[in-house]
Order: sequence, then C-alpha cells, then structure tokens
Amino acid sequence: MALRELNSLERFLGLKKANKYSTQGGKKVPVLQNNNGPALTGLVTIACHLVKEAKRPELLGDNAEQRAVVQQWLEHRITKLDNCSKEEVKVILKDLNRYLEDKVYLAGNVFTLADILMYYGIHHVIVELAIQEKECYLNVSRWFDHIQHYPGIRHHLPPVVVLRNRVYPSGHH
Amino acid sequence: MKLFIGEGNPHCLKVLAALELSGVQCETELVKHEEKVVPYLTHPVLPVLLLPSGQHLFSPNSICQYLFDVSGQKATDATNQWLEWESTNLQPAVLQSLQLVALQGKRVEAAAVMKEPLSWLEQSLSKRKTSFLTDEVVSVADVVLWAALYPLLSDSAFEPGDLQVVCAWFERVCSVSACQSAALSVLQGKGVEALKSFLQKQPVTHAHRRDSPSNNTEAEDSERELSPEEIEEAAQVYSEGLKDFTVVTERKHPVLPQEGKRNVLITSALPYVNNVPHLGNIIGCVLSADVFARYGRLRGWNLLYICGTDEYGTATENKAREEGLTPQQICDKYHCIHASIYQWFQIDFDFFGRTTTQHQTEIAQDIFWRLHERGFLLEDTVEQLRCEGCQRFLADRFVEGECPHCRYPEARGDQCDKCGRLINAVELKNPQCKVCKETPVIRSSKHLFLNLPKLEQDLEQWLQTSTAAGDWTTNARNITRSWLRDGLKPRCITRDLQWGTPVPHQDYKEKVFYVWFDAPIGYLSITANYTDQWERWWKNPQQVELYNFMAKDNVPFHSVVFPCSLLGAQDNYTLVNNLIATEYLNYEDTKFSKSRGVGVFGDMAKDTGIPSDVWRFYLLYLRPEGQDSAFSWTDMALKNNSELLNNLGNFINRAGMFVSKFFDGRVPEMLLNDDDKRLIAQVCWELKQYIQLLDKVRIRDALKCILNMSRHGNQYIQLNEPWKKIKGGDEDRCRAGTVTGVSVNVACLLAAVLEPFMPTVSLNIRSQLQAPESSSRAMLSGPGAFICTLPAGHCIGTVSPLFQKLENEQIEALRKRFGGLQPEEESAELKTPSNSSVTVESKPNAGAAQHTPASGNADPERAKQLTALVAEQGEKVRALKAQKAEKSAIGVEVAKLLDLKTQLCLAEGKTPEPPAQKTKKK
Repeated sequence: MALRELNSLERFLGLKKANKYSTQGGKKVPVLQNNNGPALTGLVTIACHLVKEAKRPELLGDNAEQRAVVQQWLEHRITKLDNCSKEEVKVILKDLNRYLEDKVYLAGNVFTLADILMYYGIHHVIVELAIQEKECYLNVSRWFDHIQHYPGIRHHLPPVVVLRNRVYPSGHH
Repeated sequence: MKLFIGEGNPHCLKVLAALELSGVQCETELVKHEEKVVPYLTHPVLPVLLLPSGQHLFSPNSICQYLFDVSGQKATDATNQWLEWESTNLQPAVLQSLQLVALQGKRVEAAAVMKEPLSWLEQSLSKRKTSFLTDEVVSVADVVLWAALYPLLSDSAFEPGDLQVVCAWFERVCSVSACQSAALSVLQGKGVEALKSFLQKQPVTHAHRRDSPSNNTEAEDSERELSPEEIEEAAQVYSEGLKDFTVVTERKHPVLPQEGKRNVLITSALPYVNNVPHLGNIIGCVLSADVFARYGRLRGWNLLYICGTDEYGTATENKAREEGLTPQQICDKYHCIHASIYQWFQIDFDFFGRTTTQHQTEIAQDIFWRLHERGFLLEDTVEQLRCEGCQRFLADRFVEGECPHCRYPEARGDQCDKCGRLINAVELKNPQCKVCKETPVIRSSKHLFLNLPKLEQDLEQWLQTSTAAGDWTTNARNITRSWLRDGLKPRCITRDLQWGTPVPHQDYKEKVFYVWFDAPIGYLSITANYTDQWERWWKNPQQVELYNFMAKDNVPFHSVVFPCSLLGAQDNYTLVNNLIATEYLNYEDTKFSKSRGVGVFGDMAKDTGIPSDVWRFYLLYLRPEGQDSAFSWTDMALKNNSELLNNLGNFINRAGMFVSKFFDGRVPEMLLNDDDKRLIAQVCWELKQYIQLLDKVRIRDALKCILNMSRHGNQYIQLNEPWKKIKGGDEDRCRAGTVTGVSVNVACLLAAVLEPFMPTVSLNIRSQLQAPESSSRAMLSGPGAFICTLPAGHCIGTVSPLFQKLENEQIEALRKRFGGLQPEEESAELKTPSNSSVTVESKPNAGAAQHTPASGNADPERAKQLTALVAEQGEKVRALKAQKAEKSAIGVEVAKLLDLKTQLCLAEGKTPEPPAQKTKKK
C-alpha cells in the first residue's frame, strides 16, 4: 500500500520520471533506489525527499514550528495510526477530532504533506465508519472530505461519501 | 515557550539533551505522569513542548528536530531516515525491553528483543565513514538514537551481544556534555530503576503486531508481485485448454439435497407485501442472495434459493381498508407486483412464494404445539385498549391521549413525544381511537409468550458453533452479541387480530400469531409449497448449509428469536449457518419517499431505460458491505461510463473486433512470450481472489476483481498494439495474433465471472464469442483456473457493443424525475430489509417486546429531523415567493412542504391535519 501512496504523491507533485521502489521486511517498508546516492528507507523519509525534489518545500512547513508540527503528524501516522488496534483507532479519531476543531489543516491554515499522508493512512478507517460514527468525528470527516477533494490527491483511493448534513441528532457520542 | 517533562520518563532524555545542545532558551516544568498537558489528547503524554504559537508538540522526536531546526540545523533525508527508523523500529523494541528489565528483571529476554534492531544498527554503522550517524558532528539523529538506547546500554547487567561499532559510537555520544547532564537529570544515577514508575503505567507492549488493522486489502492489493513460478504455472494451466469437463445438466425441479454434494439453501428476507420494494430492499436481500445463488450454481453446488412475500399483519389490514379490498385481495395484488419487479431484475429464485398458505398454517401450528408441549410457552394477561366502535383491539399507535406523566394531550400509546417517557397504552388519560375518535375501553386479554430465557443456554451453545464455523458478517455477530449481553426476556407471540395464522389453542381462538413468530416460518412453508419433500431441506442440518440474506435490522429475528423457536420445537431443524447482513443504502442527499415520488422504486427502474444489468451492476458496486453507502445518479452515470463502457465493454469489444476484423472471425495461433504469461498470471490471480471473496460472500469486493481483470486486459492491448502490428512483418503479425487470442480468451473468462452479476451481459458475450458450454464452470471450479477456452481456429460470432453511454442530460432528467434534486436537504436512510420504516410502523409491539427495530414513526428523533426539514423547506418556499419565482416552481416546493408536514404529524403520532390550512394563509 505504501508504494501506491508514493506513486500518488509523485503524481500530485508532478514528478515526471517515476521512481523505482522496493520493499523491505515483513512490514513492507518502502525503499527508494536513488541513482545519485544511497537508498532511502521509510515512507515519511521518502515522502519528504520527493517533496524537496519537486521543489515544494512549503509542503513541509514554512517555518521551524510548522515543520515540527508537520513532522509530528507524519510520525503519528506511521507509529500510531499504522499499527493501531480497533480500540486504539477510536482514541486516535477522537483526539484528531478535537485537534481539528479549530483547524482547517493539520498544520493550521496551510495544506502540507501531513494532510496527504494522514489522509492516505486514515482512508481505510474512514471507509469503515458508519454514517453515525462519521458524525461523531465531525471535524475529522470535514477535514477528510476536504483533503479527498483537494486537487490531485485522491488518486488510488476510492472516494468516501461524507454527508454535509447531520442525519443523527447531535450530542450522542 | 515551555517544555513539560516527567520524572523518570525515558522520552525526556532526548529532549533535554537536544535542548542543551541547541542552546535554545526555554523554561522547563516538571509535571506528574497523569497530568494532561495537551488538551486534545485522551491519554496524557510527556514530554510536551508548548510552542510560541500556542501549538503543542507531543512527539519527542519532533521536539528534538524543532530545537535543532531553530538553532540552524535543518532536517535532511539522512536525519529523517534515522528518526523514522527510531520511531517505528527501535522505540517499540526499547520500550518492551525496558519493561522486561525494570519490571520483571528479565535481561536475557530483553536482550533478545533488542537483537534485531541492534544488529541492524551495527551493520549500518559499519558501512559509514563518519564519526556520527550522519556527519562528523552530533546531529539530531545521534541524540535521538543515543537517548533511546541509553537506559539499556548504560545498564552494566544488560548484555547486548557483540556490537563494536555501535558501542564505539555510543561512547562518543555519551561524552557530549549535554547528553551527560540529560542522563543524570532523568535517571538520577539510579539506572533503569528510575524509570520503573513510568514504565508501570505504560501498556504492555508486544513484540509483533499486525502491520495493518484493515482486513480488506486483499482485493485492492493488485500491485502484488508475481513470482516466476506462479507465472509459469498460470501459463501452463492456460495452455492445456479446456479438457473434457462434464457439462452438468439443466436444473431439475424440485432441487433436493443430494448425498456427496454441497447442499446449499439460500433465503433472502421476505419482503413485506404491502409496499413496492425500493432499491434498498433489492440490494439488501434479493439481489445479494441472487448473486450468491448464481455463483453457487456455477460452482456446481446443489443449491436452492427461495423467497416470497410476507403477507400477514396489521399493515395489510389497514391497506385493505384504505383501498376498499379484502386483505387477501391486497396480498394477491402486491404479490404480483413484487414478483414482476424481481423478474425484471433477473432474480433467479427457484421458487418465489407467499406466507398466506395452508402450509404456513400447518407448519406454524405444528411448531407452536411442539413449543407448547415442551413447556417453552408462558401465559400472561395483558391489558389492552379496545375500540368498541371499530370492533378491535388498538395497536399502540392507533391510540392517543393525555400523558400520565406530563399531561401532554397528544401522547401516543407507546411513548410521549413531549417528555419522552415510555407509556403503557392503558395508562393514557382520556384515550382516543385514532381512527374513529371513540373512547376505547380497557380489556384484559390473555396472551402467550415464548420463554426465551429458558432457551437461552441452548441458543448460546448453538450460536457458538454456528458463528465459529460459518460466515457471519461483522454486524450480524455484533447485533447478536449485544442481544445476548442484555439478556433475553419472554416475547409475546399472539395478537388480537384477524389477518394472520390462527392460534390453534382453545383459549386463544380469536387470536393470530404475531408476525415475528410467523413470518420466518414462511421460509419453511414456502419451501413446502415448492416441494412436498421440504423437510429434506429444513430438517436436515447434517446435509444442508443454510444462508440467510437480510439487512441489519432483521438480524435479531434470524439469529436469536427464530432459532429459539426452532430449537425449542426440538425437531432437528436446519438452523442458519451463514448470516449475511448488509448495512443501509442511502438515496442521494434527499429523503426517499414514496408519497413524494422521491427515489427509485422497483417498478420504476425499468421505466428509466437503463438496462436491468446496469442497475444490478451499480447496486452491487455500492452494496453496503461493512458500511452504509449512498445511491447517486451522477455516480451511477460515472460508473457506467468509466467502468462498464470504457473499461469492461471496451476491452471485450476490442478483443472480439480484432478477431473479426484481422483474423476473419477465427481465433489466431498464440505463441506466449513473457508479457503474455504475465498477463495470464495476473488475470488468474484476480480470478482466484474473486473465488475466495465470493466464497465468503464478499460480493462487492469480488466485483472489483472483475473490473481489475479487464483493466489488466486493456493495458495489455494498449501496450502491445495489435492494430499496428497486424500491418507489420510476419513476426509482428504473429505477435498481433497472440495478443488478440489471449485477449479474446480473457473476454471469455469475463463472461463467466460476470454471470452472477450481470446475467444478460454475460450471455451476450458468450453468444458473441460462441463460447463452449462448459467453459464457465470449468474456469470457476476448484480454486479457479484461467483456461484457454477459445483455442486457435475457434469461430466467434458477431461482435457488437455491450454497453451504452449514459448522457448527462439523460441522468439529469432522471434525477429530476425521481426528485433527488435538493442537495441541501437532509438525507435520510432508506432501510433495506422487509422491515423498512413503513413495515415497522405496521408491526407495533404489544408491550411485551422490549426490542424492535428502530421504528420510523415511533421515533421522536425523526420528528426532530422532520421539524428541521419543514423549517428549511418553509424558508425555501418563502425565498421563491420573494424572488417572484414561477407559480409552478413554487407549487412544487409547496407540495413538498405539505408532504413534509404530513410526515411530521405522523412522526409525532398526530393525525395529519386536513391539507393546507397554514400554507394557504401565507
């Protein structure tokens, strides 16, 4: 799956030549074979590299604070989201939902790589949510819908229907 | 800026070291482990850096990186890679070993856990020429890795094994003064001991977790690498061609279980007779079951698929009164409507019956007597309201009066909408019959209850084996579990009605069976109407595998209540082995309503001009498997145009056309090269997936496999360009022949796998290709095999396009016609099973039943929704009037408003006002 994500990211970034990837170990950690340097290992590392290659450093954050926040969510994605159990996923959604309460994107008001990789990583979770659950995580759903409609992001993933209007009365969590 | 740290927290080591090393000025505060510093996180974490902007950093690595970043050392690919490895590989192992060492004193086990990451680190460092991880000076990567390893490597009793390079690097970092002071501050010279209280509060970590929590990746994971052996094997099987595969003879009725065969009995929830089924009903049960039944027949199972209309109950009586017919006439009329709709959708029942038959009476009464004889029935007196004017007992929703709690004058028989309390109808003050407005009288009436608590143990025992061995969808398992968890209570099985199966007992002569008891028995009686040997299916659990298809609100009746009746009857009944329940299908963004003509009902689908197969395809494509889904016209057009027309149709048509145009209608010779073999292996892999998925009734996912097959095919044709090569030299022409031959064989396979989903299209392809009779079954037998079923020289028939484009205008017109036009309106659920909201309303519970599927009208929540809709629609009408919109346009919206108001009245349990007083005044 990680490879598809990287392919989609490449397309989003408009990188012309397709990179060659392989995977490593049972967890299928992606590896980028680099012609002019050592191979790069790890989804986040490769993704950051691609962003730099595409000369879109703003996707990693414009200042030190933003860069740290972006890194934090990238790490969150691969350490927490990617390994979590059914129970843990609820906590992750709940926390994310509260975090996004006053934010448009994960890094605040600007779209960054954190949004892209969190979107790719959380897609399988959101797909499984019933409408009612999606409403429990209203901010997550709004953010998710926003990102999936962001031009050039969705690529390999099917769209998830997020209803704009509430179907269930509020207040039940 | 402020840094929050915790005592004896190993994660603080790296941030403290990084803070000192970076020289950044920052206040630190020591807080307790359980203190919540980050407001949005459920579980408290430390360390946390509060940034000048007010944002919190709660990842230790990001804090370190930030501190290095502001001091001028930006992240590089190399540092990123180390940090990523530390957080994903090293950190989990470190935490686990620290717990083993500090809490259990197991240093040997701890060393074993660390072996893999440490030897990897040793290897990587050996290849490096720099003193530190990325450079000649300490970088963020060194600090982060060093801090992670410090508590373990500094413990003299911990033996990590032979790690020369790692140890040398570790010592170098240790000598950095910032690191020394950080270590002292966190461990306080006590070593791992100092971390004890922190580690005790951490959840126990396990060495290996599954990588992905999602279990539905198999179908999507098409980028899978194929091994050379797999490719060779697939090519081998392909080339062997169609061997003598015995053509199984036509289905002969009656289908009966056979020794030595897989005997599969399929039912889909019986649709309630008095309304026309909508798209939700169709996908929820009959269509899903049909795909599985067609698939099973292709696989050579001995299979019986039965269904029928559920005809008894109050709703039928009322409908009859409305239309001025007898209940039987109503049933006759609607049964035909149902049957013709399913026929149009090509639902291939072996038998489509009904519940109002003599067999139903006999079997239901037999089960009743057996339950009675075995002491599984209880008797109780229930006080009920009876309207002398109407000469009948009043169901809860046919009576209203003053709420005994809050004095609200329009409380319903089961609940007060004002205070929300549940009411026993007899407690209402000044009760009124809603039909004739007479005051009903209280009559006590004796009723019989099925003693579910007494059957609970048998039920649980059976459930354990059935759910362990069979395929039960997750929602079916969960719903069943929650019913059992709450404990079972006796359930009333009799009703004071006329239209139903009569209770044969002396004392209950005037009564009939409650529909929930009666309706599932319909499966048995319908089979009895199909064959007099019905017991060979229904009293034969040894030989028969039973699949029930339904929507999720019907689950408890099939997993708990009906099995209890059958278990209690102790007559060796066949109980459900596989329970397949769908979620709900929503309709666009607007409410699905028969009265407003919004949404597509079964009888209208054929008037859309869209072929039945395309309807089937789209409904199956969005089958609510595992989550709700929504029908959308635009999406339907999109899927038709992109998947059916451009992908599937395009491929099959091209393959066939090449044979006709370039090779005179004869399949050319095929000399397989590596590209061809690879395609064959890819297609074969998809076929195997398809079979695995459909065996597990994952219908929607299996459909994706079909689309993947033709996608592979299209890419293959595109890459090999047979239309160009045919004009080239001998070698090129030969290549064009092979590609065409392989492609047309893929098309033949597609015909086979499409049969359960799109039977007419499948038949069309087969006749266009003149496919041999046995080809489909041969390829779908066993684990599945892609075989060259159209060998060189085979003559195909006339090729023509399979699908038509759905144009925008056409779709817009349809959308208008079916009313799904108001995107701002609140969407509502379209419940799939026979218990759609209309049906639920008509099956009110008589106080005894504590569980009924959420009822459409008994729901104050729904009333609330409707109130909002009325307000919204009102706004819309006012806006139109203000804009001086055309009269007709206003009229349409006003009609909608009125209808919403009527629904609101019903939802509130009021009698709808005679149309229009308020709106006219405006």
